[in-house]
Order: sequence, then C-alpha cells, then structure tokens
Amino acid sequence: MTKQNANWSPYDNNGGTCVAIAGADYCVIAADTRMSTGYSILTRDYSKICKLADKCVMASSGFQADVKALQKQLAARHLIYQHQHNKQVSCPAMAQLLSNTLYYKRFFPYYSFNVLGGLDNEGKGCVYTYDAVGSYERVGYSSQGSGSTLIMPFLDNQLKSPSPLLLPAQDAVTPLSESEAVDLVKTCFASATERDIYTGDKLEIVVLNKEGLHREYMELRKD
Amino acid sequence: MFRNQYDTDVTTWSPAGRLFQVEYAMEAVKQGSAAIGLRSKTHVVLGCVNKANSELSSHQKKIFKVDDHIGVAIAGLTADGRVLSRYMRSECINYGFTYESPLPVGRLVVQLADKAQVCTQRSWKRPYGVGLLVGGLDESGAHLYYNCPSGNYFEYQAFAIGSRSQAAKTYMERRFQNFMDSSREDLIKDALMAIRETLQGETLKSSICTVAVVGVGEPFHILDQETVQKLIDTFEIAGKEEGPAAAAPDTAAEEGGAAADQGATADQGATADEGVAPMDI
Repeated sequence: MTKQNANWSPYDNNGGTCVAIAGADYCVIAADTRMSTGYSILTRDYSKICKLADKCVMASSGFQADVKALQKQLAARHLIYQHQHNKQVSCPAMAQLLSNTLYYKRFFPYYSFNVLGGLDNEGKGCVYTYDAVGSYERVGYSSQGSGSTLIMPFLDNQLKSPSPLLLPAQDAVTPLSESEAVDLVKTCFASATERDIYTGDKLEIVVLNKEGLHREYMELRKD
Repeated sequence: MFRNQYDTDVTTWSPAGRLFQVEYAMEAVKQGSAAIGLRSKTHVVLGCVNKANSELSSHQKKIFKVDDHIGVAIAGLTADGRVLSRYMRSECINYGFTYESPLPVGRLVVQLADKAQVCTQRSWKRPYGVGLLVGGLDESGAHLYYNCPSGNYFEYQAFAIGSRSQAAKTYMERRFQNFMDSSREDLIKDALMAIRETLQGETLKSSICTVAVVGVGEPFHILDQETVQKLIDTFEIAGKEEGPAAAAPDTAAEEGGAAADQGATADQGATADEGVAPMDI
C-alpha cells in the first residue's frame, strides 16, 4: 500500500497585503480590503487590521479564519493583562505576547503573516514583523502578504534603515512626516495592485499617534 | 457562636439539620468592613468602607471590575474575594470569546453559587469566607445580587453586608421603593449616605470609602477620590441646610444603632476581636 497523501488541507490563503511604517512619533499601518480564495474574490470589503490596544495595531494577511482566531486570542489575553496590571498593554509587550502565541502552535501554525505597529513606551513609532510561527524583529518598516515581494524592495529603496549589523545600533524610524509616510503607503499599494491579482479593491490606512487613532480609506483598482 | 461536636467538618450535619461550618463562614462575612449596593432601572452603584490595618498600611481592595458590564464588592476574607473575582473575570472573558456577547449577570451568579456550593460538600475543602455583592447590566436591565458562602444567592434592590451593615440596611429600607426610578446622581448620593450610616459618627471622607458605578452606556468603573469628595461635599452641605432632613437621618442612625446594639452581639464580638484575626478586613 503506497503512502496516502492528504486529500484536503486545513489551510486556505485569502490573499492580501499589509504594510506598516514607523515614524518619530507616529505609526502607519495599512492593508488592502480584498479577501479571495483561489482565483475568486470572496469580498471587496474585509478589514485585515485589528486594534489590539490603545497603542498597538496589528495587520495580518494569510488565512483569515486563523487570523480571526489569533485576534480573538490576543484580545482575551489583553483583557486579562488589563485586570492584572490596571493599564493597557504596551506595544513591545504585545509584540512578545504575539510571538509566544504563534510559537505555542508551532506544530499546527496559525497561517497568519503579521505586522504589528504602534507606539513604544517613549511614544516613538515601532513596527514588528513576524513569520507564521512567531519569529519577530523590530524594524522601521515592513510588509507581509501576497504583495510584499513587490512592496518591500520599494520601501527598502525609499526608507532603507541602517543595517542592523552596524554598531552602535541606530534608530530605525523614518524621518518622514506623517503625511509623507501615508502618501508613500498609498503609492506602494497603487503599484502592488497593478501586478498582484490578490491585492486591490480598497486600501485601509490606520495612523497611530499621541492624539489617538485615525482611519482613512483609498480606492484601489478592482480588477 | 457556639462550639459543639458537630462543627468540626463541613460535611457533618448537626441533629437540627445545620451545617455549622457554613454558618461560621457567613460569620466571617459579618466581620468584614461594610459593602453596600443599590440599583435603579438603569444603574447599579456599589460602595464600600476602606479599613486599613494600621495608619502605615494601605487599605485592601474590596471592589473589583469583572467586566465592562459587571462589578463586585466583597466583605469578609478579601483573599477569597480576590480569587473569586479572578474566576468571575475568567468566566466573562471565556463567554465573550465564545459568544461575542457579554455574560448575563444572572448566569454568572449561578456559576459563582455553584462554585461556593462545592465547598460545602467536600470534606477536604472549606467554604469561601466572603460575601459578594455582584452588580451588573444585561439585556434584562440592571441587577444586584448577593452571593453567600453557603452557595445561596438572592437578587436585591439594595443591600449591605459586613460590620455595621444593619445601619445601612435600615437607611435603605426606608427609601428603596424610590430607587428604581432614581437618577444616577441620586443613586450615588444614597450610596454615600448608606456608607455614612455604617461609619456611625465618623466623618465621611473619600479617603475611607470607595464608590463604583455601572449603567446604561457607562462601563463599570470606580469613581476617583476627587469626584467622590466633591459628591460628599455637595450632599453634606445640603444635609446641614435642610433642618428636618438632617434630623431624619440622625434619628434613623440612632434607631439603627439601637437595633444593632440589641441584636448584633456578633458585631460587638467583632470590635473586640479586631486585633485577633488579621486576615479579615
């Protein structure tokens, strides 16, 4: 009897792209709103962005059922944190929690490619980028998802953070202003939409700064 | 109370059909410092007296937020209360995770009561020595429940537990019929007056009491000291101006005090034992 392979997969890829850019005192997190399966579109209006805490926002592409489950887990853990510490969780703390949560399912992973964006304890913008099993790093900018291969080299060209191998370690946040960063993000998605079939419809942009959370939308090509 | 041969185990009945260990647990609630609760159609107010062991230490936390729509005030063994609050928070989080909606208050108190009952029927456990006033909002309106160490629970319009709670109960008994239609401000005022009754002469200051509110469109939160002091100042001034109104609470306090002296030997026992049981607040 030859070895049988699985005739179904527990995972599906719903496509989409996420980007986050950290500024001196702000953070921009953006994702498109298209949800697809195979070559079909499931909906043009699905948010991949989730506010985990006052100063911490997560955008995730991949398998949205796993993403939803992950978001619920983190929200529940955040409630426990608030009861125990009497305050909201900080972005670096949530970053570690997300990593641990992902690695907890190392042998049946959340099919979720995450970017975490927010303000750190000093009020500076921070972005953390993850793989599906929790390996993470603090960076100045990142993108994940189907359009990331198109967007990342462009961001490198525009925002290249100093190499992490250079000592002393340099600040990775961009000197761009908030509006310049938002424009850059819009440019990224407009370009990615042209060539990535899974990216398009609408762009959701969330900006976190000391005033709070601001959300805006931009139309993208629908083909 | 009485020491006899049927009170060693919680699993031993007395010939009169009583479980003395459970009743002793309820005594522990009476030794704790007072906690009160009252509710209207749209709001629930919880209040408590903060007693610190000494001038050097801080007072223990007696009011806990359980969820946005539920809070609890405790009296008795505060350690038991803390543990039960953690359980309640966990239940609310799990229910919210599964059903994406807030846990109805009535369901939570039943779970709490069942948990308390377990401790009355296991020889290796002891009953929880804490009484809980659970106040919350759900689809069917505002609710106030009292959970007992015995595993019983009751719904109330207004209630008070802990030492010298009878004074607060007497104050509220005269007024409770109006509570249902009270405004939020009047309800908080009544709560502060009820707390003042339990202090029996001591001046009411925001440093010795805690007040928490939950209501329609208002998640459960503890009022900060400044707000409470402002409210105290508002009604105490009002109390001095209105002569007959000032007389009425005084006589009520006297009558409450008299009833307390006659009936509650337990309370007098409590004041005598104050130095003896450091785990009770």
